[in-house]
Amino acid sequence: MSELGTQTGVALDSAQLPQTVEPRNPGMALDMDVVMNTRANRSAIERRAKTLPGRRSVKKEYQAAWLARAISCIDLTTLSGDDTAGRVARLCAKAKQPVRADLLEALGLPDLTTGAVCVYHDMIPPALKALEGSGIPVAVVSTGFPAGLSPFHLRIAEIEESVKAGAEEIDIVISRRLVLSGDWQGLYNEMKTMREACGDAHVKAILATGELETLQNVARASQVCMMAGADFIKTSTGKEPVNATLPVSLVMMRAMRDYYEATGYRVGYKPAGGISKAKDAINYLALVKEELGDRWLRPDLFRFGASSLLGDIERQLEHHLTGAYSASWRHAVA
Amino acid sequence: MTIKDIFETMDYGPAPEASGDALAWIVDQGGKFGHFIDGAFTAPGAGFDSKNPATGEVLATLSQASQGDIDAAVSAARKAQPAWEKLEGKGRARYLYALARLLQKHARLLAVLETLDNGKPIRESRDIDIPLAQRHFYYHAGMAQLMEAELPEAQALGVCGQIIPWNFPLLMLAWKVAPALAMGNTVVLKPAEWTSLTALCFADICRQAGLPRGVVNIVTGDGAVGEMIVNSEVDKIAFTGSTEVGRKIREATAGSGKSLTLELGGKSPYIVFEDADIDSAVEGLVDAIWFNQGQVCCAGSRLLVQEGIAEAFHAKLRARMDKLRIGNPLDKCIDVGAIVDPEQRNRVAALVDAHGGEGEVYTAKCDLPDGCFYPPTLVSGLSPASALMQDEIFGPVLVSSTFRTPSEAIMLANNTRYGLAASVWSENINVALDIAPKLVAGVVWVNGTNMFDAAAGFGGVRESGFGREGGWEGLAAYTKPKGKGKALKPVAEFPGDNAEPQPVDRTAKLYIGGKQARPDGGYARNIFDKSGKLIGQAPIANRKDVRNAVEAARAAKGWSGATAHNRAQVLYYIGENLSARGDEFAAQINRLTGGKTGAAEVEAAVDRLFTYAAWADKFDGQVRSVPMRGVALAMREACGVIGALCPDELPLLGLISVMAPAIAMGNRVVLVASGPFPLVATDFYQVLETSDVPGGVVNILTGSHAELASTLATHMDVEAVWSFSSTDLSEVVEKGGAGNLKRTWVNHGIARDWMGEAGEGRTFLDQATEVKTVWVPYGA
Repeated sequence: MSELGTQTGVALDSAQLPQTVEPRNPGMALDMDVVMNTRANRSAIERRAKTLPGRRSVKKEYQAAWLARAISCIDLTTLSGDDTAGRVARLCAKAKQPVRADLLEALGLPDLTTGAVCVYHDMIPPALKALEGSGIPVAVVSTGFPAGLSPFHLRIAEIEESVKAGAEEIDIVISRRLVLSGDWQGLYNEMKTMREACGDAHVKAILATGELETLQNVARASQVCMMAGADFIKTSTGKEPVNATLPVSLVMMRAMRDYYEATGYRVGYKPAGGISKAKDAINYLALVKEELGDRWLRPDLFRFGASSLLGDIERQLEHHLTGAYSASWRHAVA
Repeated sequence: MTIKDIFETMDYGPAPEASGDALAWIVDQGGKFGHFIDGAFTAPGAGFDSKNPATGEVLATLSQASQGDIDAAVSAARKAQPAWEKLEGKGRARYLYALARLLQKHARLLAVLETLDNGKPIRESRDIDIPLAQRHFYYHAGMAQLMEAELPEAQALGVCGQIIPWNFPLLMLAWKVAPALAMGNTVVLKPAEWTSLTALCFADICRQAGLPRGVVNIVTGDGAVGEMIVNSEVDKIAFTGSTEVGRKIREATAGSGKSLTLELGGKSPYIVFEDADIDSAVEGLVDAIWFNQGQVCCAGSRLLVQEGIAEAFHAKLRARMDKLRIGNPLDKCIDVGAIVDPEQRNRVAALVDAHGGEGEVYTAKCDLPDGCFYPPTLVSGLSPASALMQDEIFGPVLVSSTFRTPSEAIMLANNTRYGLAASVWSENINVALDIAPKLVAGVVWVNGTNMFDAAAGFGGVRESGFGREGGWEGLAAYTKPKGKGKALKPVAEFPGDNAEPQPVDRTAKLYIGGKQARPDGGYARNIFDKSGKLIGQAPIANRKDVRNAVEAARAAKGWSGATAHNRAQVLYYIGENLSARGDEFAAQINRLTGGKTGAAEVEAAVDRLFTYAAWADKFDGQVRSVPMRGVALAMREACGVIGALCPDELPLLGLISVMAPAIAMGNRVVLVASGPFPLVATDFYQVLETSDVPGGVVNILTGSHAELASTLATHMDVEAVWSFSSTDLSEVVEKGGAGNLKRTWVNHGIARDWMGEAGEGRTFLDQATEVKTVWVPYGA
């Protein structure tokens, strides 16, 4: 902790934005040797992912602290066609006060908030208004989310509009067809253009891993997006049939580790979709700790894209404090 | 630490598994244990403490078995065996099923007990040892169920003495007990003295299962007790442990008629090609060498990395090592537990300390608790000549070296006395599937390591022992063919006097490397017919001729790589050419043996050649149903060089009955022809010479079986020796074979009906092959 703090002198708790402590990944020239030499053996990766929950376990106050850390890394998300300003305001209120105040007090973490709020473009103004002064950034999904098949110039324009509207984090979707057809140069160019359009806003590249099918594709797409300057790589839109999984996460994290070793830049990671249980969150955090290291266990480098995860964590935290199993209605909804 | 502190540090914290129930179980048993004999525990006697290696605390007091205890256990097993066998497979299946179920019901108790006693992480005992032990009983409940239907010619051996090691106490018990019981044997088992508790708990489970008394007997104690079992009136010894002790057991049981299987040490290579998934290969090493603190006979302890990626690979490996968590084995968040005993820890430390400045020693930067722990260690930059590259360490110590090409990887991997297991990492299916069969090992894992299942055979070649555990092949270790053989009478040569010149003198020679060779010693002996008339002279081979023949056989390795179709063609051709000279051979046989069955023997020999020509491409391997996405291939591989003392009584058929299955399966042979009637074999090499048999595939010596047996049996470059000599050389062969732990197949003075069914078939093919299990997990 002290080592981390001395880097900038900024307390990490409030350091939700990457630039606070980490230099941004500037990207690099596309290195096809690295891309093509990246290999992912599905069976071995699945074995590692499958045994990890049995190898790592956190109990009692450690579990409570880890769950609190998970909350601090949640991009509390609503991405529905029926989102309204009121709905988004409720979500933002929950982001600011993710757990009942008395529980947070008892945990000794009264100021705990989620990492960000994640919405569609049109919901940026209400979100900004609701989060004013909280320090919680607004993330927005963009580029024709979730399929990413609208005209390219409109996708770029969408990014620019969102940045103009005040979003600090832009979650873009890559063109899956570029991966599936092996057009790595095309993917690199697309990502690089999107990164440029983001300006100072941070860009999370959604790989939609469920549609890339092979782990080899995931590994290569991860490398290309990082080379093109992604600040984060993210698994899924939450709309694919298969969303975040531990094997996919392992592949992406290993790519991030290689990228860091090669360039010195830390890229962030965001698993999204399907993570709804406190135990899942612990497993992801353990995987990050094992594969990437403690430095990545901060909201500037790690986020959960999740909507229902928080509810389960709240119940677990109350259980930790009271010893009695909790009920959902004892906690505020978003 | 407060939650707020942990929120910052994100440490794991302690996550201990409760040990109360396991400790309570020990207390319930009185804290002192006797032996489990004839269905009941004996009163605890003088003995020794069983300690928790992680803390040094005494867990229980165990009894050292006396000769009287062993006698009682063996006699209880003996008494129980006939009824147990008579129960038939389906009856026994119910008991095995009950044992499997009970192991499952008491899973956590057994896991905690194992970890307390052995020091292995609770994750491993909970997720690996105990589930695999259950699986073994379920699998063999099925084998018992199917025995009569699928193995109609098999019967139980009788009483099995089983001696197991301390690294996987309950799992090794399961590997030994389940197949033995399934096939109708009863057992006397000795767990290792450091780790007997789960075996004693298993005894308790046997009672709960209502197992008939005497079927399972468990005696505790040190190596001296093991020795008593080896020397007791058992029908079989199954041993898992060190090569050193295995060799002693081989010597001690030689000639006794006791069946023997040995699962011994290893120095298994872990080969990483430049096109491997590097991160996964690094992670695989955690399961290869830091699994169970490296105290695993098949541990991937010898890392071989392709030069181009060696530096990057080692950097990743060191970083991974630093992430390992070593400590309280009961902690659910621990990767590496305690070494089983301070004695073992000191042994490992001494081996590493003696590396003599060779290589670079890297110790994982993880916190090391006080007590019986040893840090994960890597010694890199070693050459094959380094002692650490050759000697089994049996601890969390990985040694590494590099290679340049696939053929160099194979050469380095096989440069070892051992041959238990191997791992190959490559994303190129051509590379992986080319390398796997070329590795001298009983088990090969492609892009993985330490995968086990009851359906897949496990066991070694070379000095890693012989016999398989698991799969159909594992049942061979606990069965024998039905029926009782008759004693084999020594066949004497005919006496005579030197006389009667031949029309044209003929010189019979040895046949070595495809050439006729005069005997090294320059001696020959006269061979007479029944009436005492001289037939001719047979060369007397000596040890140097054996050496030359083995050398020629070793060099003929192309035969093992030839297609089965080609081998079949050669066998057919031999049969064709022999048949063409049938009358001549029949007459020679009749003259030599003084009998009248020459023609029938020639006909049977031609038929036998055709039979094995037929078998050459039909003795298939199998794909085993293991719980994995992938295939586990049970491949039939040639043993290599087989030396055989051929039957005396049938000079042609005996030789061909031995030669044909061996070469059909791709072996090269050194045959010592019938002692009294050698001159058929020396005619037969002319048939070989005209039948496209590559030089060195079949080598024929004539001379005294008794004099040549020892040289063949002690020859380190011979993989297997068979003896069908009418001189009972079983002890000589088995004892001599202890040197390199070669496979032996001897007659123990029992006759075989070479003209009948017993003279050919699967038994011969089984003996001529080893089953190699190749695990190939896959996934796009």
